[in-house]
Amino acid sequence: MRKVNQKGWFFVLPVLALVAFNALVPMMTVVNYSVQETFGNNQFFWHGLGWFQDILRSERFHASLGRQALFTFMILVIEVPLGVIIALSMPRKGIWVPVCLVTMALPLLIPWNVIGAMWNIFTLPDIGLLGYLMNHVLGVNYNMTQDPVAAWITVIVMDVWHWTSLVVLLCYAGLVSIPDAYYQAAKIDGASNWSVFRYIQLPKMKQVLTIAVLLRFMDSFNVYTEPFVLTGGGPGNATTLLSIDLVKIALGQFDLGPAAAMSLIYFAITLFVSWLFYTLMTRNDTQ
Amino acid sequence: MKKRAIIPILYIVFLMLPIYWLVAMSFKTTQEILGGFSLFPRVWTLASYKTIFTDPTWYWGYINSIIYVTMNTVISVTVALPAAYAFSRYRFLGDKQLFFWLLTNRMAPAAVFALPFFQLYSAIGLFDTHIAVALAHCLFNIPLAVWILEGFMRGVPKELDETAFVDGYSFPRFFVQVFLPTIKAGVGVAAFFCFMFSWVELLLAKTLTAVYAKPIAATMTRTASSAGYELGLLAAAGTLTIIPGAIVIWFVRNYIAKGFALGRV
Repeated sequence: MRKVNQKGWFFVLPVLALVAFNALVPMMTVVNYSVQETFGNNQFFWHGLGWFQDILRSERFHASLGRQALFTFMILVIEVPLGVIIALSMPRKGIWVPVCLVTMALPLLIPWNVIGAMWNIFTLPDIGLLGYLMNHVLGVNYNMTQDPVAAWITVIVMDVWHWTSLVVLLCYAGLVSIPDAYYQAAKIDGASNWSVFRYIQLPKMKQVLTIAVLLRFMDSFNVYTEPFVLTGGGPGNATTLLSIDLVKIALGQFDLGPAAAMSLIYFAITLFVSWLFYTLMTRNDTQ
Repeated sequence: MKKRAIIPILYIVFLMLPIYWLVAMSFKTTQEILGGFSLFPRVWTLASYKTIFTDPTWYWGYINSIIYVTMNTVISVTVALPAAYAFSRYRFLGDKQLFFWLLTNRMAPAAVFALPFFQLYSAIGLFDTHIAVALAHCLFNIPLAVWILEGFMRGVPKELDETAFVDGYSFPRFFVQVFLPTIKAGVGVAAFFCFMFSWVELLLAKTLTAVYAKPIAATMTRTASSAGYELGLLAAAGTLTIIPGAIVIWFVRNYIAKGFALGRV
């Protein structure tokens, strides 16, 4: 058991000061804007909860929230199982381990707008590798700047390309922590591959998978830079995810009140879903 | 056994294709890029790289990025160390709530904070400095560093602390001479993740800088939009942003996976 020692607060103080400075001041600014109306000239009027009501009723918000939910759902459904499968089929020891880890981690360390630009170059219809293959070799008409479906597929494939490795690395870490004795015991019992996965590997990966899904949920729900650089939210509004729409309102139209109210609703949704998922996943641990 | 290897191989090929295309593009001449499709550069040219290494607005982008990323990594890990120690060793009023609150800061969309951050750092006169970006990135890097370090520290038996105190070590001496060396892998992993998230983040870095501390990624965006889409130059700049990350991964390759796995959610 850990000792009760209020001295702990001294150790935490620097972290608290820095994070609070960065989190609370901007958060209060946002809260401040969200309840006020302005007509320019730095004059502000109390607007109560009006902006919140407007946002919650606005079709535009519903539409971008829907797109965002669909995007997050799709990348979770693809990335998590794919990550588990790749982690299961990776070598456990030998010279190929570092090669796999380094090449797979590479996309995680590329600046986000470079990823957008890279996929842009990759998918250009006539001079990009993918664009050329699709249009001139496979004969599929592919142009993601005009076709909403193509744009959606490209944005999702890009996210899978960018982030599946995170799931792989986490699952792999869970898998290598399983002692060999477990597998030997399973072999003696004549367990099938599926039972080994279901009763040995999956329970061991549960904790890392929880972390993986949480991180992927938070980051994909807040995604901005890569889809913005790749499609700019287009064609039309097809790939305008929540963050992209928010930045359009806040910095494009400079509607600070609605943008602030939208930020708070957005943050509340992220927080609530993360909390719900975390509570559900760890519910059985405490019993 | 052999059959299983096909999955990682296919995945790695999929990962490498866009990167290959970027690198190939960076060695082509502008005429070749716009003239049509070619799998390999027909004429190899270093012109794009030459532009980057001779134009101060380009190479200063790299220097700026490296400066604020290093600052952020040092600050995050330094303040996270004592905090992680407190979370792993002591119970104190509100410790659980505090830990959860720290983690919630990773959930706030950067887009939400962009404008308030700009106002805050302008108000305290740090706009367009490296330290402003370094401090702003602390918002999501400190919670992550605390989380990872706490996981590693919890794995160190308490007897180590107790024995050291019985032997007459003062707390600071114990922490630096005994405790730090035992968790140096954890420090490496935490530093790696801080480096990674600070290096790839652009929205806040771009919002908080104008000229003097402008990150490389922002320089690229400007070029792409203003100078009529110089693809070769863009590709060369992109290729160069991959290199620091690749070097860092190589050093911590044996610890990357462990870092998250040991952390507590």
